[in-house]
Amino acid sequence: MPETAGAITREQVAHLGRLARLSLTEDELDRYSAQLADIVAAVARVTEVATPDVPATSHPMPLQNVFRDDVPRPCLSQEQALAGAPDAEDGRFRVPRILDEE
Amino acid sequence: MSTLDLTRCTAVQLAELLGTRTVSAREVAQAHLDRIAAVDGDIHAFLHVDAAGALAAADAVDADRAADRPLGPLAGVPLALKDVLTMRDVPTTCGSRILEGWRPPYDATVTRRLREAGIVILGKTNMDEFAMGSSTEHSAYGPTRNPWALDRIPGGSGGGSAAALAAFEAPLAIGTDTGGSIRQPAAVTGTVGVKPTYGAVSRYGLVALASSLDQAGPCARTVLDTAMLHQVIAGHDPMDSTSLTDPVPDVVAAAKSGDISGVRIGLVRELGGEGYQAGVQERFAEAVAVLERLGADVVEVSCPSFEHALAAYYLILPSEASSNLAKFDGIRYGLRVGDDGRRSVEEVMSLTREAGFGAEVKRRIMLGTYALSSGYYDAYYGSAQKVRTLIQRDFTAAFAQADVLISPTAPTTAFRLGEKLDDPLAMYLNDVATIPVNLAGNAAMSLPIGLAAEDGLPVGLQVIAPAMADDRLYRVGAALEQALYDRWGGLLIEEVPAR
Repeated sequence: MPETAGAITREQVAHLGRLARLSLTEDELDRYSAQLADIVAAVARVTEVATPDVPATSHPMPLQNVFRDDVPRPCLSQEQALAGAPDAEDGRFRVPRILDEE
Repeated sequence: MSTLDLTRCTAVQLAELLGTRTVSAREVAQAHLDRIAAVDGDIHAFLHVDAAGALAAADAVDADRAADRPLGPLAGVPLALKDVLTMRDVPTTCGSRILEGWRPPYDATVTRRLREAGIVILGKTNMDEFAMGSSTEHSAYGPTRNPWALDRIPGGSGGGSAAALAAFEAPLAIGTDTGGSIRQPAAVTGTVGVKPTYGAVSRYGLVALASSLDQAGPCARTVLDTAMLHQVIAGHDPMDSTSLTDPVPDVVAAAKSGDISGVRIGLVRELGGEGYQAGVQERFAEAVAVLERLGADVVEVSCPSFEHALAAYYLILPSEASSNLAKFDGIRYGLRVGDDGRRSVEEVMSLTREAGFGAEVKRRIMLGTYALSSGYYDAYYGSAQKVRTLIQRDFTAAFAQADVLISPTAPTTAFRLGEKLDDPLAMYLNDVATIPVNLAGNAAMSLPIGLAAEDGLPVGLQVIAPAMADDRLYRVGAALEQALYDRWGGLLIEEVPAR
């Protein structure tokens, strides 16, 4: 079991928030560090039962790669694809600034 | 037809009335829309009622019938659709602020199949945000109330669909089940719900929570109605690469047979006893005695790894969810917050997600991010996937001794609104009996078996079948339902308080 299991600090929660793109409030940092610590402590027992000889299962059905022929088909129009966008311009999604410049 | 309340009819009864032209699809749709208008202020099962769309769909069925064009067996029967499935041009929120106002440009395959069958979609039902929860209290649009007692939860995440059935707002509903979100709401509202075999019903257009666990399924007030709906929505879909190509078992024939003499039924030792409410245990024991009297061969089976299922689930689900919900970034659809022309895209994304997601969603996104992060991945996510293997092995061993397995669906009856809202772990425990099925991918049903003595609230029994043997659920469910019907002189749902 990882050494820090069961203890999740406020700083770790802030780091998780940054990784997950959540701009957490001070109050949330306090609340989630306590709650996540409790939840992690409760689920950490899986590390005790999973011995090296047991293979992992990532998916319930033993499906192999699924292929189909690459045939052109009707799809959403540009107008439909952009209809739900918060902002669009010239037939494209308009995004906030992506580079660190004025 | 003035003396007949159409909203009290089963889907099969409505189909009969429609087929004989005793009533029109428009009359049936209007009766249900009127019922929704009368009671949904108290229940809040619906997030959106599509009255115009429903009446148009009903009129199309009536026109087809008048012209003697071929119609499906459920044509003209109304249905409530969980708000996690897309419906073209109709708001789809998943119970979240981040999708408020979004109108999808396409139908989910389930939605398309319903339309093609002539089923009249009344509207979209309330749910825990992105299907994360067991009470529907995590909806950004306020909770749904249990028609049996308005201060109680209707289960979750599909509490809206289950409450719509129990309040006679719709005879059919669609739910989705990632850890019990069809079965636990069915149990606590006295209705029937089935989680089909993973891959049996297309996930195309089902907004993903945990892709290796999610499964859409049918909900209704009777086992036969549920089977009829199952037949409509199941089947291979090339738009879903995890969709099974196997033929759909004849679930309707199984629901009509109900002969269980010689069927081997396994009682799962680990799913019952300590931690289960006394009234739940009493009704369950009675139901077991009924099954034995009907000729079933009841044996006890042991699934020792099930005790680790909840822990594995709360690592696998948040891991998959944190990845799936990354698409809500304020760029292509939904909410965008803080875009003042100066902030960077990362800042806008972070402010959007902070404002658009509720507490439970943030909790699980962070838990998943933690479980997948460097240094923890093998210990947590890797170990949870191994537990998944152990649970599959337990099911394989149990199904060598029994044709189906049974357990109580949930450890308690409906708890009070607010009771577990501040204690995530206590909320998670409500799914302890339903989660193993999602991890293994097989099929399960919940059906009502009576009211708990101490609180007068419904108790559900879970039937579990091997993958692609969904018909066994309906055979056993129909037999038990008929025996209880004979004992009670009607369906349990008819006991729901009038409103």
